[in-house]
Amino acid sequence: MRDFFIFFLLLFSSLMLCAEMIPVCSECEVKSIIVGVNSASDFDTLLIKKGTYKEFNIIINKPLTLLGEDYPIIDGEDQGEIIRIISDNVTVDGLFIINVGTSYTTDYAAIRVVKSDNYLIQNVVLEKLFFGIYLEKSNNGKVYNNKIIGDAVDEYNSGNGIQLWYSKNVLVENNIVQHVRDGIYLEFSDNVSIKNNRSTDNLRYGLHFMFSNDDVYTDNVFENNGAGVAVMFSKRIKMIGNTFRKNWGTAAFGMLLKEINDAEIRGNTFEENTIGISIEGSNRIQYSNNNFIKNGWAVKVLGACYTNTFTKNNFLYNSFDISYNSKLNDNVFNQNYWSDYTGYDLDKNGVGDIPYRPVKLFSYIVNKTPETIVLLRSLFMDIIDFSEKVSPVFTPDNLLDANPLMNKAL
Amino acid sequence: MLKILKYSFYDLIRSRWSYVYFLFYLLLGFVLLFLNNDVSKAVITLMNVIIVLVPLIGTIFGIMYYYNSKEFTELLLAQPIKRSSIFLGQYLGVAGSLTMSLVLGLGIPFVLYGLFKSDAIFDFTLLLVTGAFLTMIFTALSFNIALSNENKIKGFGYAVLLWLFLAVIYDGLFLMSLIIFKEYPLDSFSLAATMFNPIDLSRTLILLKLDISALLGYTGAVFKQFFGTNQGLIISILMLILWTILPIWRLIYKSKKKDF
Amino acid sequence: MIQVENIYKKFGKNEVLKGVNLEINEGGIYAVLGPNGSGKTTLIKSVLGMVVPNKGNISVSGKSINKNWKYRQEINYLPQIANFPGNLKVKELIRMIKDLRQMPSDENQLIEQFHLEPFLDKKLSTLSGGTKQKVNIVLAFMFNCPLLILDEPTTGLDPASLISLKKLIQHAKGNKKTILITSHIMQFVAEVADEIVYLLEGKIYFKGSIKELKTMTNQADLEHAIAAIATTPTDA
Repeated sequence: MRDFFIFFLLLFSSLMLCAEMIPVCSECEVKSIIVGVNSASDFDTLLIKKGTYKEFNIIINKPLTLLGEDYPIIDGEDQGEIIRIISDNVTVDGLFIINVGTSYTTDYAAIRVVKSDNYLIQNVVLEKLFFGIYLEKSNNGKVYNNKIIGDAVDEYNSGNGIQLWYSKNVLVENNIVQHVRDGIYLEFSDNVSIKNNRSTDNLRYGLHFMFSNDDVYTDNVFENNGAGVAVMFSKRIKMIGNTFRKNWGTAAFGMLLKEINDAEIRGNTFEENTIGISIEGSNRIQYSNNNFIKNGWAVKVLGACYTNTFTKNNFLYNSFDISYNSKLNDNVFNQNYWSDYTGYDLDKNGVGDIPYRPVKLFSYIVNKTPETIVLLRSLFMDIIDFSEKVSPVFTPDNLLDANPLMNKAL
Repeated sequence: MLKILKYSFYDLIRSRWSYVYFLFYLLLGFVLLFLNNDVSKAVITLMNVIIVLVPLIGTIFGIMYYYNSKEFTELLLAQPIKRSSIFLGQYLGVAGSLTMSLVLGLGIPFVLYGLFKSDAIFDFTLLLVTGAFLTMIFTALSFNIALSNENKIKGFGYAVLLWLFLAVIYDGLFLMSLIIFKEYPLDSFSLAATMFNPIDLSRTLILLKLDISALLGYTGAVFKQFFGTNQGLIISILMLILWTILPIWRLIYKSKKKDF
Repeated sequence: MIQVENIYKKFGKNEVLKGVNLEINEGGIYAVLGPNGSGKTTLIKSVLGMVVPNKGNISVSGKSINKNWKYRQEINYLPQIANFPGNLKVKELIRMIKDLRQMPSDENQLIEQFHLEPFLDKKLSTLSGGTKQKVNIVLAFMFNCPLLILDEPTTGLDPASLISLKKLIQHAKGNKKTILITSHIMQFVAEVADEIVYLLEGKIYFKGSIKELKTMTNQADLEHAIAAIATTPTDA
């Protein structure tokens, strides 16, 4: 047994020894990446030196490391796909890839991983792209520290920054995605962890999430995206510590939850969005310790949402805190802080003595006649809201926070 | 005119009411900031105060000052001074002292609290500017009412009615018409209706800062153009200026024809 | 000095002046008399530009007063009711009027004459009617203007002050000033006035010297003459 182990170690180290470093540059023996890939053996490293390489359709069919030195430029000249990985254990590191071809029939990507595992794509900069990093049925990989800057103008001829399709156990971390269609797109991808990314100024969604279960996303920033973040048809999602900011527009929201069940939404900040969270048909979600700051509508509930609970959230200076389109309510609001709360705390236990009603009559009126929004904060509306508060007629009368906090929840 | 302004201003600065007004705002500012410890919340509460109370106080103060300074006016009329200078001077004296009470009364607590380090400074400045406009507008309107009504009680009644109409009733009618005609495209109408009421106009101006997220949720192209660009801000400010100039112009025009 | 040409003035339905023509020459004291509501004050205020006539024209020193305010530099006016801004002190009021008119003035002598020194630091709202009238007189006489308009100057004055006032008026007359007075105290009028202008129902009913008036009405004293004038049809 022991001999076997030593033998294995020797074999492995000899393998490591034969793993060669192949330099690629205009003065080197190997002048192009494609030639380099073809001539390399398994587990070799292509050291791509500074320079411009006008290449596309680079197919990596063996476990290799493509390491760029001082960000060499790979210019696809709009011809099509640039790098396609079809082998396990491939690393792409430190490249600057530009000019991915645009097509209406094929989703050309700067880097595509197809049915391969254990890949690592890091420190890559992508510009002038169609699709950025496209993971297709490829599990157990890592997409780390990349910068994707697109120049998307129209939705129909632009692609996504990082796309996962049937890919499980992937870590997407520390990436910056800007000006593409959807910043990060997930479909049928479970157990994915999305951490610390910045997805901003994208045409449609900062993050688009469909049919993907048991995923976690934490500490990401989604800012000024066309519509915000859409999370749809997924189960057991955890969303923690993310920031959703400045998603303005008619159909814009910080986050859209559609058919999401059993999720946990904790410690996120929704700031200055037209709608903080728009919820449709989503059940059993725990919302806690989130900050809703200066949104048009902090939470907009559209039909059939049951047993959701909101606790210890801060609702600060939103035009409307909660909006419902029906008179039914099966959700619980408890111990939140509402900046609009005007009650008192005589027993000094930190909890207001009278309940808070977060749904204003005015939000009901605005739902019916949107133009009335210009009457926001008028004295007349305040009077009407007050009378509705005293005796609810149009808004769900059991919708109240019985224990509104007197100070912000931490 | 500057001399009249000077005397009216001194006269008012020394009157009890300016102090009451000043102290009220000072107290309000301190209470909002130091009890709440929250600049953003204070700005929102202040906004409610400003669009309701400032017009009311401007109206009442203006009408009271006009009637109370009748003697002064008559004394001045026999002096070699242009009529328009007399009334304009008095008007500016009242509006000026009220504006000063407002700006100082609210400004001092906010500055002490550390406004300059806060990002609410723009919102706050906008509030003060709107407050100043509303003071100018409603003082001018009340001077107009007083000039057209010799009877003190009647004038006072009309002035309060005017305030009530613009502060509450107008919005009620506005809302009703929006609900009744909701099948029609209403965005141009609703913006126009806003322009015809200085209180709504000021409110819109503040909404542009505080609630832009909500305003942009509406689909209409006219709204989008108005709220989404600087157009809204520019038009609102121009309309406020117009609202200030028109009553002042009428004040001058009427004062030239009036007998004393 | 003053030309009033055919002026009409209505307050609502009440026609106060119905075609008044009046020529007042430079120098001398003119008393404008007439029963209550005959339009004396309205006439005076029209000259001052405080009332805008519906029709007609008024000129002071040859210039029309319409849309003109500079002519008031030549006029001192003593209003009928001494209403002053209440929270000003006497001293401040005098200073203010001086500041507004920017003319040389001799208020100190007048203040002395009317014994107003103790009141200089008092607020006007605290003064008695008589004291206010004295302040009123000081304000009217402290500037050296060719035209003086006095609307009921004797109201509330004590005898000593009345004597001072008469002295002032005579002194002004001596300085070739034109003085327009309205008063109900006939004794006072008889003492000071050179000419009488009698207004009745919005028209000049009589204009001439006291002597002419007495002869016309066959009355020995002015009071009776005035009382009789309204009942005696004449063409003045």
